[in-house]
Amino acid sequence: MKIIVLMKQVANKDAVLRVGADEKWIDESNISQQTNESDGYALEEALRMKEAKGDGEVVVCTLGAQSAKTVLKDALARGADRAIHVVADNVNRLSPYQIAKAIADAIASENADLVYTGLQSDDASYGQTGVILAELLGIPHATIVIEVDRASLNGSLRVKRELESGWYQWFKYQLPALLTIQSGISQIRYASLKGIMAAKKKEIRDVTPTIEPFAGAQKIEKVYLPLKMKQTQMLGGGDAKKGAVELVEKLKTEVRVL
Amino acid sequence: MILVFIEHKNCVLNKVSLEAIAAAQSIAKDLGLKVSAVIPCDKDCALAETIAQYNLEKVIVAKNPKLGIYTPDAYADAWEDVIKRENPQYVVMAHTYQVRDFAPKVAARLGKEVVGDCIRYTADGGKLTLTRRIFLGKLDADVTVGGDAPYFVTFQSGAFRGDNSEKGTANVESIDVNVGDIRMEAEEPFQEAKASVDLTKSEIIVAVGRGIKSQENLAVAQSLADALGADLAASRPICDAEWLPIDRQIGSSGQTVAPKVYIALGISGAIQHIVGMKNAGTIVAINKDAEAPIFDIADYGIVGDLFEAVPTLVEEIKKAKA
Ligand SMILES: Cc1cc2nc3c(=O)[nH]c(=O)nc-3n(C[C@H](O)[C@H](O)[C@H](O)COP(=O)(O)OP(=O)(O)OC[C@H]3O[C@@H](n4cnc5c(N)ncnc54)[C@H](O)[C@@H]3O)c2cc1C
Repeated sequence: MKIIVLMKQVANKDAVLRVGADEKWIDESNISQQTNESDGYALEEALRMKEAKGDGEVVVCTLGAQSAKTVLKDALARGADRAIHVVADNVNRLSPYQIAKAIADAIASENADLVYTGLQSDDASYGQTGVILAELLGIPHATIVIEVDRASLNGSLRVKRELESGWYQWFKYQLPALLTIQSGISQIRYASLKGIMAAKKKEIRDVTPTIEPFAGAQKIEKVYLPLKMKQTQMLGGGDAKKGAVELVEKLKTEVRVL
Repeated sequence: MILVFIEHKNCVLNKVSLEAIAAAQSIAKDLGLKVSAVIPCDKDCALAETIAQYNLEKVIVAKNPKLGIYTPDAYADAWEDVIKRENPQYVVMAHTYQVRDFAPKVAARLGKEVVGDCIRYTADGGKLTLTRRIFLGKLDADVTVGGDAPYFVTFQSGAFRGDNSEKGTANVESIDVNVGDIRMEAEEPFQEAKASVDLTKSEIIVAVGRGIKSQENLAVAQSLADALGADLAASRPICDAEWLPIDRQIGSSGQTVAPKVYIALGISGAIQHIVGMKNAGTIVAINKDAEAPIFDIADYGIVGDLFEAVPTLVEEIKKAKA
C-alpha cells in the first residue's frame, strides 16, 4: 500500500501581500510561507490510512524552490516515510498542466495505489492540478473528498465527496486512484519531538524536472488589488475601540437594531 | 460557437447554469459567436424544453445510459465526444463542485486547461482576457489563454445574473455520445441529518473566523452575540477544527443566510464564505488587515484587533439598550 501525498508551499495566510515589480505575481521577498491548508489534511488522511492498515508507505512530494524543503521536512516529522522534491524556481509562472506534467513525470514510476492532494492551493487556486495529474497517470480521480472509508480498502475504496449546500455523495473507486482532499477531513496531528528527530534520517530525493512549453497554457498578465465594489463606511480610523463606539451609534441610528 | 454546460440532477436544473448561459451570451455578442447548450443525460432530458426557451442556436442533449448519475469518467467522455463533433471556440461553465470535478479532465485530454472561477472578462481582438481572484480573494489576476480553441472558462457564482440570460427559441437535438469504462460507482447524493440550528431564520448573526485564534476565545464572540441577541456562526476553519459544530458554518458548503445584520469577526472574506452571507441586510466587518476582501462587501468596517473592539462594543451596546 503506497500513498503519495502532494504538498505545496504557499504564502502565509496572514502575510501582507504586495504586488511584485513585474505585476505578474506577489513580491515574495520577506513573505513568510506555510504548507497549503488542504495539503496538510491530505497528509493526515494518508497517515491515518497507513495506520489503519498497519503497513504501507507514505511518500510526500512537492514541486517548488529549495525553500519548499521546509514543507517536506515537516511532513516527514509528522510521519511520512520519504520525500520527493521536484525542484523548480518560479513555480508561479508554470500553468496547471505544466505543474501536473512535472509531477506526473516524477511519480509515475512509483506506481502508487493512492495519490492524495489538497483540493486547491491557497495562492493561485487553479484547483485542477490533481485532476490533470490523474488524467496524465491514467487513473480515476475524486475531488473535494471529505471522508475516506478506510475499512473499505480492498482493491477498491469508498470515498465521500462534499457537494454544495450540505449535500454529500459516496463513490466507490477502483485503485489506483487520486483523491483531492477537503480541509476538515480529520484533525491534524502535530509533529512530536521524536518525529522531528526521526525525520532527519529520512530520504528526500531531489528531482530536476524537464519543463516544456505548453501551448494551451494560461498566463497571468497582471496582478492587482481588487477594485472596490461597495462603499464601506470605515469607522474608528484605525482605533478599534473608537470604531466600536462609532459602530454602536450606527447600529442605533442607521441600521436601527438597537 | 460557444458551448455552455447545463448542470442538473435527475433533470432538475442547477440554477447557476442560467448564469453560465448569461455569460456565454455576453461573450458571444462580444466575439460574434453563437451559443449552444449541452445537457448530458441518460434520456431525452425533460429539461431540454426549458433550456430551449433561451436565446440559443440549439440545445444538445448528449445521451448515454451511463449519464444517469454523475461520474467524472462518464461526463469527461461525453464532453470529449460533443466537443469533437461541434468544434467550439469556447466552452463556458459555472464553477460548481461538479464542474471542478470533470472539466479539468476533459480539458487536459484535449491538451488544454481550464481558466477557472473567473469573475469577469474583457474581449480584445477576438480573444478574451479573464479575471480571476487569487490568494483567497486578496488579489485579482488578468489571465490570457494560449494555443488553439477550444478554450475552457468557468465563472464564479454571482459573476453573471441568471435572470439576465436572454430568452428566445432553440431547437433541441438529441445525440448518442460515446462513454467508455467507468472506474467509479456513484451512490445517491444525500443530506446530512438536518441542522440542529437553523441560522436562516436568525435576525442578527455574529460570525467568527480564524482571527479568533482559539476555542476559548469563542467566549468573546459569544458575549457580543448575547448582548445583541444574535446567533453565533463561523467560517470553515473554525468548524474544521471542531471548535463549533458544522451546522454553524456559513458558506458554499455550509448554510446560506440573509440576516438583517451580519457581523464578521476575523474573517478574511474568501468567496466560499461570501456566497453564504452576501445577501445580509447590513454587513459589519472587524479585521486587523485593512486589505482583507471582506471589506469589499461590508457596509461598516473597523480595521483593528477584534479583541479590542468587541469588549467595547459589548459595553456600548449594553449602555444603548439600558
Ligand atoms: C470547495 C471549498 C469549499 C469551501 N467552503 C467554505 C464554506 O462553506 N465556508 C467558509 O467559510 N469557507 C469555506 N471554504 C474555505 C475558504 O476558502 C477560506 O479558506 C475560509 O473561508 C477562510 O476562513 P477565515 O476567513 O476564517 O480565515 P482566514 O482566511 O485565515 O482569515 C482570518 C482573518 O482574520 C484576521 N485576523 C486575525 N487576527 C485578528 C484579530 N486579532 N482581530 C481582527 N482580525 C484578525 C486576518 O486579518 C484574516 O483576514 C471553502 C473552500 C473550498 C475550496
